[in-house]
Amino acid sequence: MSQQHTPLWEVFVRARRGLAHTHVGSLHAPDAELALRNARDLYTRRQEGVSIWVVPASDITASSPDEKDAFFDPAADKVYRHPTFYEVPEGAAHL
Amino acid sequence: MYGNDFSGEDPPGGLLGEVEAAEAALRAAAERGRAAAEPGADLAAYFAGIVDADQKVEPRDWMPEAYRRTLIRQIAQHAHSEIIGMQPEGNWISRAPSLKRKAILLAKVQDEAGHGLYLYAAAETLGISRDELVDLLLSGRQKYSSIFNYPTLSWADVGAIGWLVDGAAIVNQVPLCRCSYGPYARAMIRVCKEESFHQRQGYEILHTLAHGTPAQKEMAQDSVNRWWYPSLAMFGPPDGDSTHSAQSMAWKIKRFSNDELRQRFVDMCVGQAEVLGLTLPDPDLRWNEERQSYDFTQPDYDELMRVIKGNGPCNRQRMEHRRRAHREGAWVREAAAAYAAKHTEKEKVAA
Amino acid sequence: MKGSFAFTLALGDDALIAAQRLAEWTTRAPEMEEDIALANIALDQLGAARLLLSYAGELEGAGRDEDALAYLRDDREFRNCLLVELPNGDFAVTMAKLLVLAAYQVPLYTALADSSDERLAAIGGKARKESAYHLDHASLWVRRLGDGTEESHRRMQAGIDQIWPYADELFVAWPDAPVDPATLRAAFDETVTTVLTEATLTVPEAGWSPTGGRDGLHTEHLSYLLAEMQVLHRAHPGARW
Repeated sequence: MSQQHTPLWEVFVRARRGLAHTHVGSLHAPDAELALRNARDLYTRRQEGVSIWVVPASDITASSPDEKDAFFDPAADKVYRHPTFYEVPEGAAHL
Repeated sequence: MYGNDFSGEDPPGGLLGEVEAAEAALRAAAERGRAAAEPGADLAAYFAGIVDADQKVEPRDWMPEAYRRTLIRQIAQHAHSEIIGMQPEGNWISRAPSLKRKAILLAKVQDEAGHGLYLYAAAETLGISRDELVDLLLSGRQKYSSIFNYPTLSWADVGAIGWLVDGAAIVNQVPLCRCSYGPYARAMIRVCKEESFHQRQGYEILHTLAHGTPAQKEMAQDSVNRWWYPSLAMFGPPDGDSTHSAQSMAWKIKRFSNDELRQRFVDMCVGQAEVLGLTLPDPDLRWNEERQSYDFTQPDYDELMRVIKGNGPCNRQRMEHRRRAHREGAWVREAAAAYAAKHTEKEKVAA
Repeated sequence: MKGSFAFTLALGDDALIAAQRLAEWTTRAPEMEEDIALANIALDQLGAARLLLSYAGELEGAGRDEDALAYLRDDREFRNCLLVELPNGDFAVTMAKLLVLAAYQVPLYTALADSSDERLAAIGGKARKESAYHLDHASLWVRRLGDGTEESHRRMQAGIDQIWPYADELFVAWPDAPVDPATLRAAFDETVTTVLTEATLTVPEAGWSPTGGRDGLHTEHLSYLLAEMQVLHRAHPGARW
């Protein structure tokens, strides 16, 4: 069994035209092409018109210890499958 | 101040509203800012200051070793739970009774894989690799939520898992959106927003069954009977027996005790069960005017301990399934690594 | 228009059975990221199946909706190609199946997007983009497995060899269909040959080419697949879900 680590990639997504690419998280992939593919599946699903960057995490130089940028931007980009799709019957609370 | 939003009336939008409130609080905490630690400053005091001020600890900040270890354990167990938790529901994808339900269930199980990956990534910011975490799971040295060691015997179980299991998970997780560790808090906000869809689809399945044919209603009731107590056990042992609680509360990793969260879950479910027209299998469940909460029968904690120790109905099956997928995928992962190595070399030569 | 009903049903059945097989990978993929990718592709196929079967039901005019068509027909009434009902095998076989299916569906849906039937054109327009992604995904993996390790090369070649005979059925002439599949063969051959060559794999020789799916004569596998897919729905006649 292979014990080599699959590299870690940081993922940046432009959610809509006019916005900058924003860090949305990270993932593992053996190469850039797969990283891009996995990023699409994990962080954008089927949104048309988005642009994705993937960067090897090992190529990022970070200031330390006080790091201003977020590792996990809570992205508001994932609009697929809204809970409002489901009818909550009359009278059912806390759902 | 963070306790207030859980007492009395729910904020608008129920649990989803609470997640949004947590997200707003996170942004507000970021706005408040904090000067960087001066060289030579007391790092422990700096850390304590961040936690006291309800701000977020970030990956490269100094943190107590025990804080790091506690977080790794908790986030990893949470990630493992998402991955193992795909199995009981995945069991019904092939037999989903309509194409619409099949699509929803497939999307839901897929989300769980996504949640697992968000959480592994959050754990990795603490200086442990996903490969190590997967090894810890496969070798049985780290656990996953015991609830997934129960079998899904009918389609209604897909509904009960959505309503009760995801419901309990959300009650547990919503406070984690305010966890002191930034990457975990942010991952939880994302996860909770998606979980809300999971809970509602489960509730809708049960509602449809409970208002369907007599056989469907019976299927729904049987399922609630089987999943109710295991769901209550998801909040962990009673406060007196819980080993990790006090320190986690002080660090603001955990914000409410097991018993508080369990009570909150019961109070939510009673009205929801009434709307479903299903009975929660507890003859002693009744409103306590004085406490303004429901009295209820505790789950069997001996059973919980047996399941945690590996002797639930499906522990062996779930682990073997995961191990087999990992083992049988090894040649594919090796091929991808070999291809990447070859082609990265080629590109370098070409450049 | 009868020809259009049979054609729409056949395409819907292809997508439905492909979705059912791909969904079997859930919780079993070689890597967690791939679990998500395969589920995405299964969801695309399932989405296309629902649109196609719903429309087939309307064309038929006998009051059957997508679920009646999916759950209440026996294997002899299914019109999918044999390719999609074959068992998943290992990951290489699944990628070989996906490569062949997607390399057929891309030109098919592309041609359908220009169909004079507006509904079919709309479905083709949507599904074409999804299939392009499926083709991309399958190609990416076929290249990695073909040009990866010795073992993966061996498995990938074996997968292609096993699947290849089932490609012919996809292109059997159907002159009165909205798109005649026979016209798509050249595009298919070009796509697949390019991928296999890049993957250092050998394009199999033409030889045995089983058919029958479009006439309801299937492999032994389909009946089992349907038994599992339909069991719950059929156990509760007339129930809502």
